[in-house]
Amino acid sequence: MRLALGIALLVFVAAVVQVTVLTGARLLWAEPDLLLVTIVCVALVAGSVPGAVAGFAGGLLIDVMTLGTLGVTSIVLTLAGYWAGRYGETTGRGRRFAPVIATFAISLLAGIGGVALHFLLDQPVSARVAFVTALPSAIVAAALALGVQRIARASISEPPRLERARQVELV
Amino acid sequence: MPRNRTARTAVLGVSVRRPADGKLPTRTTAALRRRLVVGGLVLLSLVLVTLSYREDGDGPVAGAQNVAAAGLRPFQIAADRVAKPFRDAYGWSSSLLDARSDAARLEKENELLRQQVAERQLALRENVRLRKLLAYRNGPRFPEGYDGLAAAVLSRPAGAYAQAIVIAAGRNDGVRVDDPVVTQDGLVGRVSRAGSRTAQVTLLTDDSSAASALDVETQAFGIVRSGDGPRAPLRLDRVPKEANVRFGDTIVTSGWSSPRLSSLYPRGIRIGRVTSVGLTDTDLYTQVQVKPFADLNALEAVVVLIPSDRGATFP
Repeated sequence: MRLALGIALLVFVAAVVQVTVLTGARLLWAEPDLLLVTIVCVALVAGSVPGAVAGFAGGLLIDVMTLGTLGVTSIVLTLAGYWAGRYGETTGRGRRFAPVIATFAISLLAGIGGVALHFLLDQPVSARVAFVTALPSAIVAAALALGVQRIARASISEPPRLERARQVELV
Repeated sequence: MPRNRTARTAVLGVSVRRPADGKLPTRTTAALRRRLVVGGLVLLSLVLVTLSYREDGDGPVAGAQNVAAAGLRPFQIAADRVAKPFRDAYGWSSSLLDARSDAARLEKENELLRQQVAERQLALRENVRLRKLLAYRNGPRFPEGYDGLAAAVLSRPAGAYAQAIVIAAGRNDGVRVDDPVVTQDGLVGRVSRAGSRTAQVTLLTDDSSAASALDVETQAFGIVRSGDGPRAPLRLDRVPKEANVRFGDTIVTSGWSSPRLSSLYPRGIRIGRVTSVGLTDTDLYTQVQVKPFADLNALEAVVVLIPSDRGATFP
């Protein structure tokens, strides 16, 4: 319960700040994507399923607040949360710079995926701008990840690992 | 060995059978659940995308979205109010940082614009000048039997002792030595040297120049030569004492011709206006000073008069 509440609060605050404060802000010629960073950090701390759910909810919040096409941001952030969670559960477990690496890679992929999705929906989107700002956006996101990861760790407790053995057989 | 052993028992070599209740191991269950959740969320997102895209702003999904957006609005307003001072501070500091580069950029832009304005003014002046030349060339004052060749002035007199200019037209354009050169205001001089692409024009104010002329009002003949200085650039020589030349009279070329010789200049080209008339008992002729109509110190374009039978064309 504490996990769910913590994640919900983090995602909600990140979504509101993203839409209200960070829209149009420029850092290294790129708009910081705080929600994506939060989703990735939550997923790294809590796991792939909570990450995917957080991504879906965060994306839905963004689409609702911006009155955009519902579900577009949700798809991208759901997959981002899931992949980040899987990375945290497997290769990235215990690695110090896992949040930075994961955020950088997922930010790049999410940017490209978002453009592709908008393109598929025949919505006006500048691929040139998206590709030009992809790298700066990923760098900014990676820089934000260290701070957000600490907040996420402090806000939500780590769930028990699913892979841990639940019974011991005596041979 | 039986096929339904667990991995651990296989390694240990102990024949312990799996439970027969048919349940999947925990790890597999977790993976399956994980994939189901993600697949379900993606599917739900796709359903939302489809519904939202098809409704196009008016439908139950859009209505729900509007209600939800209205519900979230207070949070957005609150966040905006909290962030506003920080945003203002950020904007102020970034504008301060940008001010220096902006100033340098604007200075360059200003310089460029000034240059463009100057170029436009020059182009405008040139346009006006060429229009005047064209109007003169097509007008009634243009001498018959001649074609006009407009040419830009490449160099102006360097000093009081060099009363010649260089124009951007030469033999290739049909220009020859002794061709008259005029502007829309009046006579300028004659071609004294013709190159292939350029030509030298000796001005009326040069000591070697002379043009037979007459006073339009009194029909008094004379010869226009260089004057005594800047205040009297030209003088009209050989005007008989009995001729009643007056201040303000207009002097034009007389354009005389005989069976074997003729004047270099065609008849009726305006030369200048009488600025002073002097008469003493000892002088044989009336002393007449003339101010040229054409501003010989600020020539920028001229027209070379080329006899029509030579076949030059106006550009």
